[in-house]
Amino acid sequence: MTIAAMSFYLFAVALLTGGLFTVISRNPVHSVLWLILSFISAAGLFVLLGAEFVAMLLIIVYVGAVAVLFLFVVMMLDVDFAELKAEMAKYMPLALLIGVILLMQFGLAFGNWTMADGAEAARRSVTPEGVENTAALGMLLYDKYFILFQLAGLILLVAMIGAIVLTLRHRTDVKRQDVLAQMYRDPAKAMELKDVKPGQGL
Amino acid sequence: MQADLNVILPEIVISVYAMAALLFTAYTGKDKMAGMLVWLTAALFAVMALWIGASGGGTRTAFDGMFNDDGFARFAKVTILLSAGAVLVLGQDYMARRNILRFEYPLLVALATVGMMVMVSAGDLMALYMGLELQSLALYVVASLRRDSAKSTEAGLKYFVLGALSSGLLLYGASLTYGYAGTTLFSGIIAAADGQAPIGLLLGLVFVLAGLAFKISAVPFHMWTPDVYEGAPTPITAFFATAPKVAAMALVARVVHDAFGDVVGDWQQVLAVLSLLSMFLGGIAAIGQTDIKRLMAYSSIAHMGYALMGLAAGTVFGVQAMLIYMAIYVTMNVGTFAFILSMERDGQPVTDIRALNMYSKAQPGRALAMLILLFSLAGVPPLLGFFGKLYVLRAAYEGGLAWLAVAGVIASVIGAFYYLRIVFYMYFGEEGEGLETGRAPVQWAFLMVSAAVMLLGIVNMFGVETMAQAAAATLVN
Repeated sequence: MTIAAMSFYLFAVALLTGGLFTVISRNPVHSVLWLILSFISAAGLFVLLGAEFVAMLLIIVYVGAVAVLFLFVVMMLDVDFAELKAEMAKYMPLALLIGVILLMQFGLAFGNWTMADGAEAARRSVTPEGVENTAALGMLLYDKYFILFQLAGLILLVAMIGAIVLTLRHRTDVKRQDVLAQMYRDPAKAMELKDVKPGQGL
Repeated sequence: MQADLNVILPEIVISVYAMAALLFTAYTGKDKMAGMLVWLTAALFAVMALWIGASGGGTRTAFDGMFNDDGFARFAKVTILLSAGAVLVLGQDYMARRNILRFEYPLLVALATVGMMVMVSAGDLMALYMGLELQSLALYVVASLRRDSAKSTEAGLKYFVLGALSSGLLLYGASLTYGYAGTTLFSGIIAAADGQAPIGLLLGLVFVLAGLAFKISAVPFHMWTPDVYEGAPTPITAFFATAPKVAAMALVARVVHDAFGDVVGDWQQVLAVLSLLSMFLGGIAAIGQTDIKRLMAYSSIAHMGYALMGLAAGTVFGVQAMLIYMAIYVTMNVGTFAFILSMERDGQPVTDIRALNMYSKAQPGRALAMLILLFSLAGVPPLLGFFGKLYVLRAAYEGGLAWLAVAGVIASVIGAFYYLRIVFYMYFGEEGEGLETGRAPVQWAFLMVSAAVMLLGIVNMFGVETMAQAAAATLVN
């Protein structure tokens, strides 16, 4: 077995184990940690495929930002997961039934799966000669799929507007710091010197 | 690239407008400018609709076929822009008086409209998805715009969760289709299918249709509709019932004809079943409702069933019938919602239909206009709504779906009951508390114009018929 094959099996097993334990572990914090393990294993698989940019993206964005955010949310929010799970258990039989039926259908589909003649060739995405795969990805995103990329940007903009519209409240009962007002205060107006005579109050 | 950008110029203009207006308003007047922004956005929509409508024939594709600009897309875009503009203007007074007129509202609607325009022009599964998400995400936000009301937030959340589920189904279908065809371009899929639908393509088709059926709220994917319609503020309900429905319906037409046009038999049965269930459930489930917004939700489900019937025929005439039906449906809904928006008592909106008791005595003009609209919604013969139904029934019959046409007639008789019940309340009900007269002249104007269209349109449909015919011919070939 070559090193590449060995590391493939290593990452694949770690990925599947991580995924499984994300779902079944009782402690939600552990779930997130297992999730991080599966992200990192997936990144390893991407490196084996020669897609190092996606691998780094997975680690930086998913592990670095998303998973850590999850961790914070899980730790900060007081969500009773046991109760949620009990609620879920009520619907379990129906969900299982639907799941099994779907699985059987996919089994059927997989059983006589065919592909169009040119499909495999059309799907193959070869990195052009002498271009690194990060650069090749950039060419695709900013050139061929330019419009999709821009639309994705608009979607994110809508998400941002939405978050602000739905959550931002301008409270009027709190005192805010007004930096300019502070800077333009002048001592003559801000202070008053009083000559207090001994033995007398103000 | 320059030529490609020219094709999507209307979309660019609206997006740039939305971003510029967002920045400008955020730094200046904020919500004080909202009223003006509503009118400005509506005016922009009207100008864009004129521009797109006047830009003439010809089919152009951009970005390697990912984006189409053809007669079909233009027809749908004009309908979408005009109805979105009308609904914006209609709801301005209502929202301003209830303090929910945020300046982001018209801009979110503008961005949603860009999404819809991309949807109806999509020539690729990825472009389809991007347009759909842009539209849906903006709609989720505006659904819960009245964030202090539990019902409104519930509407937004429900819409969001089910919308996400439907997007999941759609994406799964798209990936299966890609797995079979090796490309996401509609032109590539139809070439790969080559007149037959093997299992991969079939599963993909079914999942994509299921995802899209959520968006047009066709039974059995309609569960969210009544709750969302009831919970969202009324002007936003009016928006949900008009432009997004046209866009999603046009998108279904585009997918089935552009990507799966060679396997008509396979999607015909799916659409026919969706259509049959929607017509009957929309007619029967509405009988027990007394909330007019929930009624309109069921009414829109039933109407989507009829529009799907046209599409299920799988012919050029079927697409034409669907386009005509949607245009009429949107006009009727704008008028009906203009009336619903004016229903109030002591400044509070009323949505119970029993509040309309003897409305005709207090407001004979409005009651008559509403009567015409309701008769038209029910499909009573001399009115325009009847001709819409006639078109789809004829399309179904000629497309070999006579059973569906018969079922459609039966369902429309059942559905007529609840429209006529409102008329009954208005004209023969008991004396009740009555409603205040609406104050906004805009709502009155839209109600009257819409009712007048229902009457006058029967002469020549204002030329919509021939336009729809030309549009349908560019889609089906």
